[in-house]
Amino acid sequence: MNIPFLVQQTMFFAIPLMVVALGGMYSEQSGVINIGLEGIMIFSTFMGILVLNMFIGVIPAQFLFILALLVSGISGMIFSSLHAYASVYQKANQVISGTALNMFAPAFFNFTMRNQTGSNQLYFFNQYRIPKVALLGDIPFVGPLFFTNTYISTYIGLVILAISVFVFYKTRFGLRLRACGEHPQAADAAGINVYRMRTYGVLISGLLAGMGGLILTIPTTTAFGGSVAGYGFLALAVLIFGQWKPKRIVFAAFFFGAMKTIAATYTSIPILLSLGIPGYLFKSIPYLTTILVLAFTSKKSVAPKALGEPFDKGKR
Amino acid sequence: MFKNVNQEALKTIFASLVSILIGLIMGLIILLVTDPNNAFLGFQRALLGGFNRMPRSFGEMLYQATPILLTGLSVGFAFKTGLFNIGASGQFIVGGFAAIFVGVRWTFLPTSIAWIVGLIVAMIAGALWAGISGWLKAYRNVNEVITSIMLNYVAVFLVNYLVVATVFNQTRNESLSPTNAFIPRGFFDSLFPRTGVHMGYVVAVVVAIIIWIILEKTTFGFELRAVGFNRHAARYAGVNEKRNIVLSMMIAGALAGLGGALLYLSATGVHIEVVDVIPLQGFNGIPVALLASSNPLGIIFSSLLLAHLNTGGFYMQTLFPTEIINIMVSVIIYFSAFAMITKSVLEKYLKRKGGKNA
Repeated sequence: MNIPFLVQQTMFFAIPLMVVALGGMYSEQSGVINIGLEGIMIFSTFMGILVLNMFIGVIPAQFLFILALLVSGISGMIFSSLHAYASVYQKANQVISGTALNMFAPAFFNFTMRNQTGSNQLYFFNQYRIPKVALLGDIPFVGPLFFTNTYISTYIGLVILAISVFVFYKTRFGLRLRACGEHPQAADAAGINVYRMRTYGVLISGLLAGMGGLILTIPTTTAFGGSVAGYGFLALAVLIFGQWKPKRIVFAAFFFGAMKTIAATYTSIPILLSLGIPGYLFKSIPYLTTILVLAFTSKKSVAPKALGEPFDKGKR
Repeated sequence: MFKNVNQEALKTIFASLVSILIGLIMGLIILLVTDPNNAFLGFQRALLGGFNRMPRSFGEMLYQATPILLTGLSVGFAFKTGLFNIGASGQFIVGGFAAIFVGVRWTFLPTSIAWIVGLIVAMIAGALWAGISGWLKAYRNVNEVITSIMLNYVAVFLVNYLVVATVFNQTRNESLSPTNAFIPRGFFDSLFPRTGVHMGYVVAVVVAIIIWIILEKTTFGFELRAVGFNRHAARYAGVNEKRNIVLSMMIAGALAGLGGALLYLSATGVHIEVVDVIPLQGFNGIPVALLASSNPLGIIFSSLLLAHLNTGGFYMQTLFPTEIINIMVSVIIYFSAFAMITKSVLEKYLKRKGGKNA
């Protein structure tokens, strides 16, 4: 059994889920449901890969990847501003505008690709894998696990986690954001601009979902087909599984990532293969175990109180 | 009172029409930017939709509307009772499999009733599948959004396994064709010859009306909506809120399951392919329901609108990629989220007008 390989696979699944779910956390903690994560991921991954293809060979690989991640993040922000405008300022039904994003993104991708190239696959050359990080990769045990066969995006994901936790718990901004999701009227009375805070919440979710889309896509394929295979919805599930709290989200994402790895690689693990369990059951493991864990742990769920309710300054 | 309700409905319809108009205009603009020479021809075909090549295109439109009418009802019914059923896809495929299983394996049934049995078994299968989410929500406090997302995947894997185990066409890697259960074409056969539309469309419309009656005209429906509105208040008023959550979810699941049966028993050469992909019909139920504000009668029309545009997309595919239709639909949905403003603008206008008359 190749333990480093399993750990690396887990990271490839878990890191993007975590990043997108953290994004969702900012939106939902401010009081805005963001079901459009899937669409935001698709739209921004499209933009990110366009940048990768445009500057390939011009900019050194790792710098290019970072640039593309930034472009993805910014595209995600711009795209999510549609959701922010509808749900914050127009008091629209948040599920509807999120669904619109989910529908628009793949349609836009396919329309543009078919129209320009006749195909709906966007290919890219994967030159971004880091076989071994200098020095760190030589550390016994830890080196092979975390510093070989890796991507710079993995570490960026961890940095995003650190920043997210800090901003969420240790800054005035984080406190105010949470107040807007918990009791917007009280926040408003305390002089906080609820509309603006909620807009920030949605835009941050766009930023992180945008980056997450590219973080997911680059290590796992070389052709983007206008789909992120339901990861936006899975991130939503991870967010709820994680009770809208950063640390639990990390746990949920890695739990799911590990289960997903078992499901994807069981054929190469002799012990599991010898059990004679049908394949469909292995593939279902991440989903079934998540349900099972939740069935025993969600007796008291703590969604932000004002989640999904448009804020109206005139109402008390 | 009755007059008020009517006016409210009128405003909603007006707001929807404005959204549709904006969506269509956006579509036209994109077509003009993409290829100005063909834009108007393409747009015309998109608009003509089910009327492009009568009567055939009209039949195709009804055929396409059938499954999404049911998944739209499934999502809409759940919305009305305070639940977000994002798992219509899973329930749809489970129901579809159940129907195919009946059609292929239960050959002892006479052809005249086999398809009805298929529909019923599909509804039961969908209901049980969705019931898992309902039970977990009611008794274990697990968010139904998560469980239904997760169960979508499990449903696809499970159905693939069951197809291979019981009704497998190995050479084509898909399910076998049902041998004695297909939905009769009935009068559609003479109205729209050589199209897919079948009596399932009539079934779907009747079911929509029944669901509307249950929700709006019965105590049971009132209780379900009360639980959705405020679970705790409903319990205080003596409603068994846990049981009702499970029932709501099961009914939603039965509707989606029926949708699956209506597609896979339509004898148009559709089969369950053994691939790990979640069927789209379930997700398409979401916009169908949202466009109609989850009103079952409205869903009859919103599913027709989507099918109309998609049929139009089929006839314009020589000129433009069909995805333009989904772009238009997403714009329509986006602006229908604003329906509130359109409504309030209209309200002001009506008030001013009313003031003058008085």
